[in-house]
Amino acid sequence: MAGSAAEVDPVEAVALVRQGTLLIDVRDPQELATGGAQGAVHVARCDLAARIASLAPDCRAPVLLICESGRRSLAAAAELDALGYPGARSVAGGLARWRREGLPVSAPRASGGIDWERYSRQVALPEVGEAGQRRLRDGRVLLVGAGGLGSPAALYLAAAGVGHLTLVDEDRVERSNLQRQVLHRDAATGTLKVQSAVSTLQALNPGVEVTGVAVRIDATNAERLIAGHDVVIDGSDNFAARYAVNDACVALGIPNVHGSVFRFEGQVTVFWPSRPGDPGPCYRCLYPAPPPPELAPSCAEAGVLGVVPGVIGMLQAGEALKVLLGTGEVLVGRLLHYDALRGRFEEFDVARDPRCVRCATR
Amino acid sequence: MAEVVVRIPAALRTFAGDAAELRATAGTVSDVLGELGGRHPQLLQRLLAPDGELRPFVNIYVGRTSVRALSGLATRVAAGEVVTILPAVAGG
Repeated sequence: MAGSAAEVDPVEAVALVRQGTLLIDVRDPQELATGGAQGAVHVARCDLAARIASLAPDCRAPVLLICESGRRSLAAAAELDALGYPGARSVAGGLARWRREGLPVSAPRASGGIDWERYSRQVALPEVGEAGQRRLRDGRVLLVGAGGLGSPAALYLAAAGVGHLTLVDEDRVERSNLQRQVLHRDAATGTLKVQSAVSTLQALNPGVEVTGVAVRIDATNAERLIAGHDVVIDGSDNFAARYAVNDACVALGIPNVHGSVFRFEGQVTVFWPSRPGDPGPCYRCLYPAPPPPELAPSCAEAGVLGVVPGVIGMLQAGEALKVLLGTGEVLVGRLLHYDALRGRFEEFDVARDPRCVRCATR
Repeated sequence: MAEVVVRIPAALRTFAGDAAELRATAGTVSDVLGELGGRHPQLLQRLLAPDGELRPFVNIYVGRTSVRALSGLATRVAAGEVVTILPAVAGG
């Protein structure tokens, strides 16, 4: 079962991926820093069995798996075969051989250089400069959701040269997403959002390493996914994810750039209880508990004007850039509310809750 | 007693006769809510838990300050002040 028939040469794998075949990187999250095979979607080995049905709804379609050496991906291919995926194959020799053969990788960082011409307009700003651009290149931002908020945020962070972007989203592109989720093209309908996002962002800026993780973020995996990043952009679409992201960010001491939208209105702020010298509130200080489902109407029912997440997601990107650059006044302790119908921005104070169950004792 | 403007967020407008703004004449935030609740009982239900406390996923601001950081629902309001209701929204 796990013989040579379950393997594919890296060169053939590249051709298959270009034709739209799903390539799954099964390495552990901490291994991703070294970059990966271009076009691969990351699903940790231990999550694979649970995730495969949504990743590959057609169990007869080919699925490629890759790890560092080709051993774990071979075992994963055998496991998928046993689960009823006869088209599962491992990339022979793994990423080690992939790199040796000079095949496309998501992190063209061999030169370690920065494309100064590309960034000249922002390097000209004294608040950025060459040192700031290097900070952005070294920056690691995790975006929760590759949807209405994540789309503009990821596009602008990639364009600005933030070196490492991780996008976490389990969904597939639906036609009803295209009115606002500008990372995804019409032709991407039906594909995984993270796969579509990786392809769009790498086309925009090949100098940025983009990792797509096709899982639903929740309280059981949020810390593991978020660890190792400098900033989180929360563009999720449900309260359970927002509280899980908040709690993980508080525990890890990572600033959480919050954005949320409803119809014509949006909210943006930065939760950063561990900010050195001047700690800010967390999401639970602002909203101690989520509404019960019957009091929480969803955007699917209520509708949303596409530019609203566009504006809010871009404000989130701006806050993330300031955090990475260490410049300007970050939106900590202030909630910015945008009302597109009235054409107004309003600001409210957000205080730390000294009795907050999550951040008060830290 | 003071007349204040109350801003109703998009998420709650269907419970306020689709109004984006209401007016109330009252001395405290609690009075403001009581007056609005007389006209729009469903709105009040969304803001206050059965025990009369402000629900944990809704904030009410007097000016730019949350009443949680002031005197809660007993916070006094002055004439012309803007009271803004903002619930948590999750859309992304």
